[in-house]
Amino acid sequence: MKMKTLSGIAVVASALLILTACDEAKEAAAPAPAPVKSATLDDIRASGELKCGINTGLPGFAFTDDKGNWTGFDVAYCRALAGAVLGDPDKVKWVNLTGKNRFPALTSGEIDVLSRNTTWTLSRDVDLGFTFVGVNYYDGQGFIGRTALGAKSLTELDGASICIQTGTTTQLNLADFFRVNKISYEPVPIETNEEARKAYEAERCDAYTTDASGLAATRSTFPDPKAHMIFPEIISKEPLGPLVRQGDDQWADVARWTLNALINAEEFGITSANVDELAKGTDNPEINRMLGTEGSLGKMLGLNKDWAVHAIKAEGNYSEIFERYLGKNTSLALDRGLNALWKDGGILYAAPMR
Amino acid sequence: MTQTTRTDDERFQLRRILTDERSRGIIIQVILVLAVVAFIAFITRNTMVNLGKSGLTTGFGFLADPAFFDINQPLIAYNSQSSFARALLVGLLNTLLVSVLGIIGATVLGFTSGVLRLSKNWLISRLITSYVEFTRNVPVLLQILFWWALLTGLPKVPDSISIGDIAFVNNRGLRVPGPITEPGSMWVLIALALGIIAAVAISKWARKRQDLTGQTFPSALTGLGLVIGLPILVYLVLGQPLGWEIPERTRFNFRGGINVTPELIALWLALTTYTGAFISEIVRSGILSVSRGQSEAAFALGLRPNLTMRKIILPQALRVIIPPLTSQYLNLTKNSSLAIVIGFQDLVSIGGSILNQSGHSLEIVAIWMAIYLSLSLATSAYMNWYNKRIALVER
Repeated sequence: MKMKTLSGIAVVASALLILTACDEAKEAAAPAPAPVKSATLDDIRASGELKCGINTGLPGFAFTDDKGNWTGFDVAYCRALAGAVLGDPDKVKWVNLTGKNRFPALTSGEIDVLSRNTTWTLSRDVDLGFTFVGVNYYDGQGFIGRTALGAKSLTELDGASICIQTGTTTQLNLADFFRVNKISYEPVPIETNEEARKAYEAERCDAYTTDASGLAATRSTFPDPKAHMIFPEIISKEPLGPLVRQGDDQWADVARWTLNALINAEEFGITSANVDELAKGTDNPEINRMLGTEGSLGKMLGLNKDWAVHAIKAEGNYSEIFERYLGKNTSLALDRGLNALWKDGGILYAAPMR
Repeated sequence: MTQTTRTDDERFQLRRILTDERSRGIIIQVILVLAVVAFIAFITRNTMVNLGKSGLTTGFGFLADPAFFDINQPLIAYNSQSSFARALLVGLLNTLLVSVLGIIGATVLGFTSGVLRLSKNWLISRLITSYVEFTRNVPVLLQILFWWALLTGLPKVPDSISIGDIAFVNNRGLRVPGPITEPGSMWVLIALALGIIAAVAISKWARKRQDLTGQTFPSALTGLGLVIGLPILVYLVLGQPLGWEIPERTRFNFRGGINVTPELIALWLALTTYTGAFISEIVRSGILSVSRGQSEAAFALGLRPNLTMRKIILPQALRVIIPPLTSQYLNLTKNSSLAIVIGFQDLVSIGGSILNQSGHSLEIVAIWMAIYLSLSLATSAYMNWYNKRIALVER
């Protein structure tokens, strides 16, 4: 009896010791200077898959195809990133996130990168502890309303009910806009984009607001798209882009330069069709550097030298991705607009690969 | 010889400490407490270390920052410049509003249906049975969505149902005239308060008199007359100092008056019917727990069934009813957090917005838990006090 109880005490005591030891080990690691090798990159290599946070469903940006696979503009970026890091765009674990749980998921390490039409703002970049790696879509906040209301401008919406998704920058822009213009309105906050759209369809609201790109997508799903009009005003700047946790600069670099590679690939005319051919070597030193036949850009990033080849082979360059999911031949039928290359009148301008 | 005896003695004593139920209990408890404290200390430290690693700050200072978002129908003055703390307060008030309304509704519905289910009328008891079995076996979340879908399916604004041209029902809610205060309207409110106080006093006096003399007094009717009559009298005497703002149609909706949103109504209906079904069963069990002899004795004394129920059965049944009723009240309050699915801006919904805009998830979750815990403990404390008060006085 004595032995039994004593050994019980010993077990508990040793368990406590182990707990404390773990704690101390962690603490010892914490204040150490940032490692030269990227912890995130090592984790992804070790597990063999990239954990990517995407929308729960937004036409054009993240949706399931007829085989049930996730696809879309934001999804394509993660596939390219998986190509760059692991050499295989299919090695991605998709994590669907709402507007509310996307940030905790990234902070806690549940995902490695968030590619979920997220607006780059100062407070998110600084206060929430994230690093935005670039902009893959320049958006703005727009409104959709019923044509039958006869309102031509947002300033005529005095007293209207407006459906909005909670926890987004759109919620804040909406409040700002109506305050500045001294118009009253009834906010109807809904948890997800899908439900907010349904509430608008049920005429719970007179208008519905979200990113202008999302509006076109939403309107295309209505039974009678012509009965709805998109208001001319765009009330905010919404630079959407992928983001990673702050503190792992090398991983942020990999994410940033994969995005830049896709944009630069469009500029240099590298497509998913000709990338293999071009990777054998060309007369253009910029293409050669990017595709790894000259220089050692891949090694600097901690990747293989053909990283960009795999990134581009995943879904093509920026233009191919845009046209496939958002462009003229899709139900969204979005113009390149601001998202055209700087050479073509847009503001898409990726830093040089050198 | 002596040596052996001593060791035996020592061994015996040690063994006694370990086999003795009391000392063994104490040892186990001390170990358990130590383990729990160590575990909590470990997770707290771990969290702090990891937060520090990701460069995140903790603390409640952010609550003073402006919220920058709007809230639908705040009960207190609020605009997008108000602080996060005030936004949380607005949410808390909304939670309290729907909880209190729900508790009142569910209690009335539950007691009525619980009594009616025992009715000898076949149709009534079967109707109540099907209500109870249906609502308590369907998840309350679905019921909230059901009521909301039903209410948003009401006629659109242009086809609003008009009630005497002063109140309007449409899929944006129920719009009723709102009072406009004028000088003198204070007196009407004072009269209302006086009426309520007088009604309570009269019912107390009537009960006492009945206990002493057995004479009854129509205290309910008198009370109702006082509560309604007194303010109306003052209102007329002072020359109608209270104006009414009639809702008027604008381009998109109605303006003016008071708007009760479909979200609030849907949530209230769902919580009321769902919890009402459980309360109905609790009331039924309470009534059935009172021995048949009690009602037979009451009938033998010539009491009518209505009076028997009110004066003999229910007071005794309450002893069985109150404890489970308390947990139903707690459930209702906690279930009100499901409001988020239909966009009613309660504590959880607004807290969620703040969590997202400020990124302080740990603090917000801590606030949520602290508030719901306090609400539940306060409800329990009140119900326990009430339970003690109505407990059978043993003679």
